[in-house]
Amino acid sequence: MYPFQYHRPANLAEATALLGKLGEGKALAGGQTLIAAMKLRLAQPSDLVDLGGIAELSGIRADGDAIVIGALTRHADVAASAEVGKRIPALARLAGSIGDRQVRAAGTLGGSIANNDPAADYPAGVLGLGATVVTSRRSIAADDFFSGLYETALEPGELIKSVSFPVPQRAGYAKFANPASRFALIGVFVCQEKSGAVRVAVTGGGNGVFRSAELEKALAASFTPAAAAAVKLSADGFSGDLHASPEYRAHLVSVMAGRAVAAALG
Amino acid sequence: MNVKLSLTVNGKAVAAEVDPRTLLVQFLREHLRLTGTHVGCDTGQCGACTIHLDGRAVKSCNLLAVQAQGAEVTTIEGLAAPNGDMHPMQAAFKECHGLQCGFCTPGMVMSATALLKDNPKPTEEQIRAGLDGNFCRCTGYHNIVKAVQSCAAGS
Amino acid sequence: MGANIANGIGASALRKEDQRFLTGAGNYTDDINIPGQTYACFLRSPHAHAAIRKIDTRAAAAAPGVVAIFTGEDLAEAKVGGLPCGWLITDVNGQPMKEPPHPLLAQGKARHVGDQVAVVIAETYLQAKDAAELIEVDYEVLDAAVDVATATQPGQPAVHDIAPDNVCYVWGHGDKAAVDKAFAAAAHVTTLEFRNNRLIPNAIEPRAAVAQYSRSEDAYTLHVANQNPHVERLLMTAFVLGLPEHKVRVIAPDVGGGFGSKIFLYAEETVITWAAKRVNRPIKWTAERSESFLADAHGRDHATRAELALDKDGKFLAMRVHTKANLGAYLSTFASSVPTILYATLLAGQYATPAIYAEVTGVFTNTAPVDAYRGAGRPEATFTVERLVSAAALEMGIDQAEIRRRNFITSFPYATPVGLTYDTGNYEATLAAAMKIADVAGFPARREEAKKRGKLRGLGYSCYIEACGLAPSNVAGALGARAGLFEAGEIRVHPTGSVTVFTGSHSHGQGHETTFAQVVAERLGIPFENVDVVHGDTGRIPFGMGTYGSRSLAVGGTAIMKALDKVIDKGRKIAAHLLEAADSDIVFEDGNFKVAGTDKQVAFGQVAFSAYVPHNYPLDRLEPGLDETAFYDPTNFTYPAGSHICEVEIDPETGVVRVVGYTASDDFGNVINPMIVEGQVHGGLAQGIGQALLEQAVYDPDSGQLLTGSYGDYAMPRADDLPNFKVDTQVTPCTHNPLGVKGCGEAGAIGSPPAVISAVIDALKELGVRDMAMPATPHRVWQAIQSARA
Repeated sequence: MYPFQYHRPANLAEATALLGKLGEGKALAGGQTLIAAMKLRLAQPSDLVDLGGIAELSGIRADGDAIVIGALTRHADVAASAEVGKRIPALARLAGSIGDRQVRAAGTLGGSIANNDPAADYPAGVLGLGATVVTSRRSIAADDFFSGLYETALEPGELIKSVSFPVPQRAGYAKFANPASRFALIGVFVCQEKSGAVRVAVTGGGNGVFRSAELEKALAASFTPAAAAAVKLSADGFSGDLHASPEYRAHLVSVMAGRAVAAALG
Repeated sequence: MNVKLSLTVNGKAVAAEVDPRTLLVQFLREHLRLTGTHVGCDTGQCGACTIHLDGRAVKSCNLLAVQAQGAEVTTIEGLAAPNGDMHPMQAAFKECHGLQCGFCTPGMVMSATALLKDNPKPTEEQIRAGLDGNFCRCTGYHNIVKAVQSCAAGS
Repeated sequence: MGANIANGIGASALRKEDQRFLTGAGNYTDDINIPGQTYACFLRSPHAHAAIRKIDTRAAAAAPGVVAIFTGEDLAEAKVGGLPCGWLITDVNGQPMKEPPHPLLAQGKARHVGDQVAVVIAETYLQAKDAAELIEVDYEVLDAAVDVATATQPGQPAVHDIAPDNVCYVWGHGDKAAVDKAFAAAAHVTTLEFRNNRLIPNAIEPRAAVAQYSRSEDAYTLHVANQNPHVERLLMTAFVLGLPEHKVRVIAPDVGGGFGSKIFLYAEETVITWAAKRVNRPIKWTAERSESFLADAHGRDHATRAELALDKDGKFLAMRVHTKANLGAYLSTFASSVPTILYATLLAGQYATPAIYAEVTGVFTNTAPVDAYRGAGRPEATFTVERLVSAAALEMGIDQAEIRRRNFITSFPYATPVGLTYDTGNYEATLAAAMKIADVAGFPARREEAKKRGKLRGLGYSCYIEACGLAPSNVAGALGARAGLFEAGEIRVHPTGSVTVFTGSHSHGQGHETTFAQVVAERLGIPFENVDVVHGDTGRIPFGMGTYGSRSLAVGGTAIMKALDKVIDKGRKIAAHLLEAADSDIVFEDGNFKVAGTDKQVAFGQVAFSAYVPHNYPLDRLEPGLDETAFYDPTNFTYPAGSHICEVEIDPETGVVRVVGYTASDDFGNVINPMIVEGQVHGGLAQGIGQALLEQAVYDPDSGQLLTGSYGDYAMPRADDLPNFKVDTQVTPCTHNPLGVKGCGEAGAIGSPPAVISAVIDALKELGVRDMAMPATPHRVWQAIQSARA
């Protein structure tokens, strides 16, 4: 790890002010990705602004037809939340499938989506549910938030405060884990909104989380596992590596979509 | 610039000034000489460094010591009763031969106790899934699972 | 031999080791800190193959905390030698294998990614690491030879000048003419081509060492995570550093798993031992896991073409095997012997195949050295034999169990055509037991039930044999071994009758402190609690060859038994004196020396006391004291064998293979501690199933970069990847050691890969799939299903 200056602000205003004036500063949430990258000397922030002391960033609350989850809320807390489990069980299950027990006890929602790893689970849930990311400056629709590999709409010094998840009619998440890392080789989040509209978000494809128009169309016509599994995606645009070819990834999207729909239907 | 750090480790208050780069596991092993917590990888996967931070199993190699500011930390050295009697999970690992070389063992035991805290009566499948953050290269996990089952049955 | 006392032979005694391991009181190498210690960081080559034009250490030397920096040039100047290879292989033309230099730090060239180029010693590890980044190395990147299957082809870059075709040796074993003749007359020939996938051992404790030099004693002490400290010392002093052996003490304290990877003498601990005197400070080095991936010796990595000739009834007539074995960039300590002596000699398996010929080409590549990993050669042999047998049965329409039964060796001793003589065994018994426990009879119903759920079930068999208890030194010597393979044991009886056992074996998970204590307690009739076992310290133990090849109990345990015989023999003489009887009238039973046929007796403890307080003692003919040492050199290998049956269920939509049932019925001879033996089998199975389904080390074929350089890409088996195992033992006692034991440490890793792969093929055979490469990852299985359907 390279040297850095450490800061532990007590509130959000202080944190954003610090990040605003520090050139190469980074916010530290759960640290499950950032600390690992710093240890391997792959990240070299000049300053770390530890958000761990900011109580206002944690917690889960109902807000009318939405559930609002604070950015610093741990995956384990979302997985175990009675509120989330009752109203958006797919999101609880998604949180419970991230990383491993210890990662879930330390990693946070905000940290995960700000990092936007192309194989992370949470981006699929946020995009699939059509959530709104509330930052220190504004509200950003999920469709506008994830902008590429490890890239988001966040501007320098802008911090995620919370994410507001609209409660859907039904939703499901199915993940095919990479046998080594347990990140998503492919993860598919399907959601039927209260309006009946269908959203499908895919993670693990290689180029960042995305919505599948083909699957959304098919599932809008028939929200059934068979309809999802019948959709055959082109392998173009999927990445290939040691663990999966583009063809296999494309195939897994159909399979996982079918399983996600089955899960959504209970 | 060093950072002032105070926390509780195995029930004792600890204060130190540390380089902020210090990982929690380094703080435990090198500053406090609590060498029961092991380091088995550098990418946060093997789980040998698992400790309890405010009652939750976390990987101490993947946290800065300063992130434990004000926290309660329990390591394998703090798990047994003050009179030295092993924690039921430690006893179950011994009884069921849930360890061989012993290197992953402290982390495994710390994870297993957290697992039972969350789910006191897990199925075999839940135990196997619940130990997904800990590698063991010796036991094939068979007797580790048995130990957790035995501990759950006894509690 | 039965258990006459609590925790004696045959009892599942709970382990003595566990108290310390479970409470955080273990003492592993990285836990050891010596006042004034410095830290070493090795700068490693980022290239698979590169000429080193220049190394500029000036900026690094000026960095904060730096104590010293050494490069290959410094070591050459100091006349430090290279790492030796412990086994000479002689090729088909009678020529010795090519033995290129293996410098501790690269000299002129770096030959694999992770090759050590320089070492920085600094006050803290972070400082050493920071400074290492400041070393400027001017590399001329060269093309790399990476894949074992192609490295010997014309036009490939040479890893070493002395082996321009990258061939270290071409070694032949068996009667080629007889084999060729049998093939010409065969009714059926089964041919397979496959890779035995390259593995990374991944003991959870990374390698580590702490070296110190004492000016007052002019002596060195090295703590190192190692399986055989005496061998480590011998190789390091005599072959590399030119130090007197008695001036170096090597201690292997608690060691967090080895699996072969900690047998070898590595550069890192050798460099810091040398440097400890140069800088006159203790030096600690602990590998980061990323370094372990790059610089621990890897395992397996064979490319094989194998053929089995059968008559019309499925009787085996002959086997022919051609294997290219990857040795990596340098010859590691036992690298040359693993794919030859430990491989081709096992190709008879459990079968009476009359003629066998194997030709093995040892190949240099620009990859990490390859050496022994759990099973070492024998898993590769078993995979070859058992896949051939399973494929032949499938091709000829013979039942998998039946083809094996038709060919089992049934009378012993049996001399194989590949140079071993099996002393005993009962292969029918383990197969029958495994089939019963695995409920083979109920399999068709389970397969049907799975089918209704859209899943495919398969059953795979593996009847393996291994040669363990390494080894008769004269036999090994004739085959090229440059070391003896005996073991030493010392029994030190204390005046109050408690006992310390000093063994040359080393325990790094195997539970010797318990098992050996059981043997001693049983033999001497004393409480298990009164026996402690000391291992892993050249300063305390007479000598030792260490732990590998499932040898500890068969060889180390026998040395202890021989020392116990001496203790009892001397005790008998002391007792005869105390009981005023003739030596020949004294018998030793249940911890008492008795005058045969009378009620006169004296307890072991009293005899021990007399030996140290010799007031009433036959000083005229007997020395005081009761402390005996024995060295034991085995007369044959031991031959653990067994039958494994694996049941898998495959999800054809995703290609995911689940092991839903795994049964192992093994014959390890007599069993001292069933609990520990079962644990050893479980662990071996996990590694074998890991090889079959999950694990593979992959290098980029062009750049030679290790693509599986972390746990993010190298799939280690986790708890939810594995099933509960059903294990059973059948016993035919080994005929040539007093405990009748054969060894159990590697069996699981040896037997399981072909059982798993054959089960996968069995599940997919109705789709037309006939072969499956390891590891059978979901991706690979899905692809096989797609191709079969296309």
